[in-house]
Amino acid sequence: MTSTETNSTVAPARKQLTIKVFGVGGCGGNVVSQIHRMGFGGVQMIVLNTDSQALAQCPLPYKFNLGLTLNGGLGAGGDPERGRAAAQEDEARLRELCTGADMVFICAGLGGGTGTGAGPVLARVAKECGALALAFVTLPFDCEGARRMRQARLGLEEFKAAADGVICLPNQKVFKLIDENTSVIETFTTTNELLAQGVRGIWQLVTRPGFINLDFADLCAVVRDRHSESSFANAEAVGPHRAKEVVEKLFANPLLDGGAALGEADALLVSLMGGPSLTMAEVNRVMDQINRQCENAHLIMGAAIEEALGDRLTVTLVASRRPSHAADLPQAADVEKAEPAPAARGGSDFDTLGSAMVAKPVARSAAASPALEKVAVAVAESDAVGAAPVVATRTWRSRKKAKAVHPELGLETVTTGPFQHSEPTRHNGVNLDVPTFVRRGMPMN
Amino acid sequence: MLNLFFPKKTTVIVGLEIGTAKVAAVVGEVTDGGGVNVIGIGQCPSRGVRKGEVVNAEHAAEDVRNAIVEAEKSADVEIASVYLGVTGGHLTSLNTHGVFTSVSLDHEISQQDVNEVLANAKVFNRPSENYVLHSVRQHFTVNGQAGIVDPIGMLGENLEVDMHVIHGVTTRLQNHMRVVAGLNLEVEQTVFSGLCSALALLDNEQKHIGALVVDIGAGTTEYVIYAEGVIKHTGVIAVGGDHVTNDLSYGLRMAPARAALLMREHGAATLDGVADQTLTLTSENGFPDRRVDLHDLRRIMVARLEETFQLIDSEIGELGFHDQLRAGVCLCGGGARIRGIEKLAENVFGLPATLGRANAVGGLRSASDDPELATAVGLVKYGAMRQKGNQSTGLVGKIKGFAGSLGLF
Repeated sequence: MTSTETNSTVAPARKQLTIKVFGVGGCGGNVVSQIHRMGFGGVQMIVLNTDSQALAQCPLPYKFNLGLTLNGGLGAGGDPERGRAAAQEDEARLRELCTGADMVFICAGLGGGTGTGAGPVLARVAKECGALALAFVTLPFDCEGARRMRQARLGLEEFKAAADGVICLPNQKVFKLIDENTSVIETFTTTNELLAQGVRGIWQLVTRPGFINLDFADLCAVVRDRHSESSFANAEAVGPHRAKEVVEKLFANPLLDGGAALGEADALLVSLMGGPSLTMAEVNRVMDQINRQCENAHLIMGAAIEEALGDRLTVTLVASRRPSHAADLPQAADVEKAEPAPAARGGSDFDTLGSAMVAKPVARSAAASPALEKVAVAVAESDAVGAAPVVATRTWRSRKKAKAVHPELGLETVTTGPFQHSEPTRHNGVNLDVPTFVRRGMPMN
Repeated sequence: MLNLFFPKKTTVIVGLEIGTAKVAAVVGEVTDGGGVNVIGIGQCPSRGVRKGEVVNAEHAAEDVRNAIVEAEKSADVEIASVYLGVTGGHLTSLNTHGVFTSVSLDHEISQQDVNEVLANAKVFNRPSENYVLHSVRQHFTVNGQAGIVDPIGMLGENLEVDMHVIHGVTTRLQNHMRVVAGLNLEVEQTVFSGLCSALALLDNEQKHIGALVVDIGAGTTEYVIYAEGVIKHTGVIAVGGDHVTNDLSYGLRMAPARAALLMREHGAATLDGVADQTLTLTSENGFPDRRVDLHDLRRIMVARLEETFQLIDSEIGELGFHDQLRAGVCLCGGGARIRGIEKLAENVFGLPATLGRANAVGGLRSASDDPELATAVGLVKYGAMRQKGNQSTGLVGKIKGFAGSLGLF
């Protein structure tokens, strides 16, 4: 499948893509309200909560109270089990809500009861209904206590098993965005805004046709199987030097650890959007800078023109790092042991083992609309062989793919000698502790 | 013994640098004329520091004690407090801008307006775990008229100020202070090492016509750009002499200690006249051991040093400072002892380069001649400047200065 082919076949169908945004729990509701405030046409927004009081305060028209008979509308009391039970009770209703959607975004704050418990159930239901489920979740602040963090981690594992992709924002990182005087309200508004931006950015990236196109399959290739470490950032700049500035802003973003996350990322999705005045040179400049930061990453880029942007240039970036399997696997195993996995999740349970991946998209495409099938096929392709093949089939990207395949040489640890145990000195993604002559490839007699 | 009862705390200024290669303490006194005389030096090889940051507090404390004791003996004073130099790859610097619109009826800018605009400039987005080490004012702009040093008494409403701010991770800065505090020494202030080196090396004229100071230490390389009499830019790269040694030890396959020795004896930052020359190394027993290609040795060194300079060069190039550095490049630190380094710097920067001498102080010649002591000497100079400022501003100013140094305002 070449990129032009994707354009011609999928583009007409794109307009009919039905996207639903769900906010689950208190935090999810706030995020969705935030998205609503930011003005975000063409999608249906639905708020789910177990707490009827919180639901009543929400300004959105579509709301649904989960587990009314179970909890009496009093919330889940911070217990994910009750959140999950409430969602399972209303599973039929959830199924109804998800029916007909091609893509479902789920926003939730992990650590509490409803978001952590009900969110993964919704993700599973959405997938069973044939929609592609993408979750945007927050992890609690460190100060919220170890228990909440533990619950959140378990919830995240469940999300990873249930949804197609999970993008995670650890709230603790938001601390770097705020200063001493920021109030609590502002802080939470900031995290909500970040998530809202994330949803919006991804939505635009997938729905807007661009001259270098990106679709959901591209997105999946980046977030799938790496999701615990997916981070997200976007930046915007105006003026004659916007290409340079936008990259600087992007790298200064604390969510990317000041650009360090890029150096460690092994898959990267970059979407550029600008007004009609966007030049190829600018696209080139931005990509050049980003490429330099992450030489080893599997990079997918897209560029689109949006009339409304005027002379602004925005860059949206999703970076994923493969989780250290040693740390993640036992945790995942714990989850499976702790509670019996829901029947329909059987296929995706193998996810962490890296096998049986083909089963997933096939099951989905059976239920999916014809328009979606194209996308699903692309996913299936990539699933069958591994991470990179979506790119491999596109001629103009094959150069980048070659980069992606090279693993980092084990040489590095040998050559940093006495600096092995200290923080590496990195500059533009290059480890300066490695002898210069080695990096420059100077032969010695 | 007299010193015990009448510690000359007000006039004796001690600069302490806990470096990667050595700990240096320099004792200076302020003369009646306002100059600074170095009266004592204490040094000790450092073991507890890597890349400019303390990694083993116990070793570091021992080394600091040795250096301080030596300095006390050499200057015959009791040391109670020090100015402490800090560095490290975690330090970040940036230029900030503050704006304030005065509302006074007579349009005359008062001290209060200046305080307001300075406070505004200090508000910027930094990670919450970071501590502001320095905020140095550059120039004021009054109603669009730029380049004003002291706006008090001028007429105008729109007051703007440019500032240079250096900040770093609080906990990593505190490691240095903990070591010193553990020895019952008071830390008067922590100062960025690069800034001190620049103070020691540059005179007023050089600061005005623009100069770049590069301090090549063992663990880190600091650089400071002065132009128009103010600090324009600072930075740290956590690459230094240790990296050169490590490169050699890896490339020539020998122990780091031997590589360091070889670098001191045969190292240079030039490739001239070494083609096809070999060195015969002798083993510990005095027998000929193995041969090393001198050309390889020099190439490894040149590659590393050249790269370090290039990193700095591209940084100042991006910021557009090249045209402002008319006094050229001043080198100091242990790396400045490498033969031919000024030629290499000249080639990379395209500017005249010299080995800096600490001309700013008098007293012991060895202090001002030694490029490795530039930071410690600069600390003394910094301390002298601060004390002078404090005396003229009186008690209120002192409190303000203290609070300011803590980052309260």
